[in-house]
Amino acid sequence: MSNSTRKASRRRVLAGMAAAGAAAATGFVPTRFAIGQQAKIRLGLMLPYTGTYAALGKNIDDALRLAIHERGGKLGGRDIEYITLDDESDPAKGSDNANKLVARDKVDFMIGTVHSGVVMAMVKVARDSNTMLVIPNGGVGAATGALCAPNIFRTSFSNWQPAYAMGKVAADAGRKRAVVISWDYAAGKESTDAFTEAFTKSGGKTEKGLFLPFPGVEFQPLLTEIAALKPDVVYAFFAGGGAVKFVKDYAAAGLKTAIPLVGPGFLTDGTLEAQGEAAQGLETTLHYADDLKFAKDKAFRAAFKKATGRAADVYAVQGYDTGTLLISGLGAVKGDVKARDALVSAMEKTVFDSPRGRFTLSKAHNPVQDFYLRKVQGTENRYVRVAIKALADPATGCKMSA
Amino acid sequence: MSDSLAFFLIQVLNGVQEGLLLFLVASGLTLIFGIMGVINLAHGSFYMLGAYLVYAFTRLTGDLWTAILVSVPLAIGLGVALEALLFRPLYRRDHLYQVLLTYGLILVLEEIRSLLFGDDVHGVAVPAFLDFSIPLKDALTYPAYRLFLSAFCLVIAGAMWWLIRYTRLGMAIRAGSTNREMVQSLGIDIAWVYRAVFALGLALAALAGMIAAPVASVFPGMGNDVLIVSFVVVVIGGIGSIKGAFFGSLLIGLADTFGQIYLPQLSGMTIYVLMAAVLLLRPAGLFGRAGAA
Amino acid sequence: MRAMRERAMLLAAFVLLALFPLLAGTFYLQLFAKIMIMAIFAMSLDLLVGYTGLVSFGHAAFFGIGAYALFLLSPQYAAASLYLSLPAASAASAVAAFVIGLLVLRTTGVSFIMVTLAFAQMLFYYVIGSKALGGSDGVYIYVKPSPALFGWTPVSLDRPASFYYLVLAALAASYLVLRFVTRSLFGHALLGIRSNESRMRALGFATYGYKLAAFVIAGAVAGLAGYLDAAQFGFVSPDLFGWRLSGEVLMMVILGGMGTLYGSVLGAFALVLLQDGLTDITRHWLLPLGLFIIVAVLLLPQGIGGLMRRTEKAHG
Repeated sequence: MSNSTRKASRRRVLAGMAAAGAAAATGFVPTRFAIGQQAKIRLGLMLPYTGTYAALGKNIDDALRLAIHERGGKLGGRDIEYITLDDESDPAKGSDNANKLVARDKVDFMIGTVHSGVVMAMVKVARDSNTMLVIPNGGVGAATGALCAPNIFRTSFSNWQPAYAMGKVAADAGRKRAVVISWDYAAGKESTDAFTEAFTKSGGKTEKGLFLPFPGVEFQPLLTEIAALKPDVVYAFFAGGGAVKFVKDYAAAGLKTAIPLVGPGFLTDGTLEAQGEAAQGLETTLHYADDLKFAKDKAFRAAFKKATGRAADVYAVQGYDTGTLLISGLGAVKGDVKARDALVSAMEKTVFDSPRGRFTLSKAHNPVQDFYLRKVQGTENRYVRVAIKALADPATGCKMSA
Repeated sequence: MSDSLAFFLIQVLNGVQEGLLLFLVASGLTLIFGIMGVINLAHGSFYMLGAYLVYAFTRLTGDLWTAILVSVPLAIGLGVALEALLFRPLYRRDHLYQVLLTYGLILVLEEIRSLLFGDDVHGVAVPAFLDFSIPLKDALTYPAYRLFLSAFCLVIAGAMWWLIRYTRLGMAIRAGSTNREMVQSLGIDIAWVYRAVFALGLALAALAGMIAAPVASVFPGMGNDVLIVSFVVVVIGGIGSIKGAFFGSLLIGLADTFGQIYLPQLSGMTIYVLMAAVLLLRPAGLFGRAGAA
Repeated sequence: MRAMRERAMLLAAFVLLALFPLLAGTFYLQLFAKIMIMAIFAMSLDLLVGYTGLVSFGHAAFFGIGAYALFLLSPQYAAASLYLSLPAASAASAVAAFVIGLLVLRTTGVSFIMVTLAFAQMLFYYVIGSKALGGSDGVYIYVKPSPALFGWTPVSLDRPASFYYLVLAALAASYLVLRFVTRSLFGHALLGIRSNESRMRALGFATYGYKLAAFVIAGAVAGLAGYLDAAQFGFVSPDLFGWRLSGEVLMMVILGGMGTLYGSVLGAFALVLLQDGLTDITRHWLLPLGLFIIVAVLLLPQGIGGLMRRTEKAHG
């Protein structure tokens, strides 16, 4: 190599080292100073603020802040600092993002998220760093199952719960042969397996499971296969854009009138306007409905609408209840996040007076709650009846639920 | 007709439809490779571009056909512009720089899409007069729009065949795919041929995105899968061969459809296994020219 | 003289990296470890792109194999042995590179680029569809590999500083190995193949064999990088086989300077630090990056290497 190449390379090496040095320096400048309990409580909200699930993330965030605001805007007497991070629903970046909150921003609580894959990343980081984590949506079973931990709580549901409830409903309605269909990922498998569990318990049989790679929406060959199999009922787990497309394609293939389609609430939540006629009359199970008669629900929906201009949905309710959990726990320890055992104990004992009804937490820190059967009418999921009362997730593999 | 035979034939129909749509994209890709020797990673982004254009214009005009009529000239215009600005400097460059530039182009197009349209999944309505289903067997009906799609792609395939066999551009394409320099020395304006081929290739991909939008949805990253599957088609069919792209696409469409039903464990891998097999037996592809790279 | 100056610079850089843990907190230790892992990955690709002229757009395949190898070799709640699992992961990638290389090296030019991409995609779909490998959500490795030897554990890799030094050692080792390879007769043959393969064949070189050997070596080193990546955060997902990763590492090699191993290291530092810094400013940081790449390719007729040569002439 010529002498001049050396110069250019040397310049670059120097530049690189300078960059490295600068980066390191910013790393060890103290970003805040805490005077005992006067410092603010740092809540790290890791949610999808953009992308397919942006509307959900926004609702969770707004409802959480609403809950805290309604109780004076402080937690345990201390002010709050909200740190938000967009997870883009990307499991590959999940570890990095969660790590940013814990190692760089040093949050007291991690709150998130929607996508189950990202939730798993947060669970792992929470366990490794012993940071408090509250999950306001992601239903992956392991979070309150094999990977349960004292510092991990969930205020939403596990994928098993609504699916199990629907399995029972379908079997009770006299269906004998089912076909399940979903994306080929953990949440899809958990959901369809749970449906099959309840369905077979009551004497039914799942003929076949059809899965396509996430997030594919080319359902045509599988719909043809469903028609060939001629089951009594089809259970489908899809969410967001996939749910919209599936319900519409199902109707376009003429199957809607011939073979009843059922699923967990996500098949028809937030998607009814896009699905239109294709979704009318569909029955789903969820821990919430659009027209519950509880006073708390009416009050909440009014307050949420007033604060944000949007209608509340199950995601908002879950965000709201996350706020309730934080208020309850931190209130009991008067804001002392370091009193970990007392904090956890107080959170565990929380009785939620929630818009979805009253519920408590299981030993594995997952909600034990009623699941409702709903039917689509117009652009609403209307309450039909209670499918299963006080349904608890089995928390397989959790070492806490002894 | 027995039940299983009937459903088998319907699945064949599904596979053919998937293949025909894929042909639209892959033919553009193979033309650009074969004639211009340029590897274009952004081809999938053109597919996405077509879908988003039609989504935007359908929202404005309320009608898919008007949207397509407006979007196609836009796509062609964009093709001409991109060719002049970005691709012309690439013809003599190493493939490495073509890869790098078109990779950069993918990033730029993705982010522009994100800025203009956001990251949500969108639907495009099937045009009203095609929004019905044809009863096939028992309860199963087949959406008429999908039949239209297949017919449309066949028409385009026919048009391309006519173009290649009976027009001067087609002659230049056939000649240029074997010997670029000779074509030039024969006095044919190679620059014009390249411009036309590139615009044609881009327009085909965009058109595929446009007509597929009602059945495929419009979402971020929709171009990526299409791109890679198109690569597989081109490898299997042979670079520069439209015939290869046609039969390759049908083969892939059928393999993918039947793979989903009968070999779900392989899910998605079937077409790559097919590609590996072709590479072992005929590295230049089924209709490719040995030694053409 | 030049060699000594170059060696001095590299030594200085190494010493600085070694002293880094004294200054930096956990977050930056982890970030720099991540960068060094990408640097190892990039160097391995440089062997193919910069020295042999093989533009592989599917190099992530071998990275992913190394990562998933750690998953497969780790018992669920216990640690795998570092001394067994690390070489095994690298070997697995090498074997895969051999098999895939046999097939893809039958093509050249544009076809080669496409089939390398397609093979990486094949593995991507294989992993997504595989229940045993966790599918599209990815899978967790709960305990880091342990450097325990006969019951004695010298350090715990759970401490960010210890892991950092492991990666630094791996980076230095890979660099030295690759440097040795590229400066050997074998390496010179590769350069010959890059500039004119038919001439090399006319001179009697079995170019297919040389290319395959380079492919395997590159695969092995990429597997090492993948292994370390999996060990760092204990998470592997099919995205590790994805074309985006293949594209990113290719960018690092090209922008950093092909054909000089440390150029890839610089490229890795630049790109990851850029990403980390810019993502806080705007989500759409890929837009300026994409534009920069396009402009760079258009304005630099001889590529980035040409820019270097021109700067040299100006200051020569």
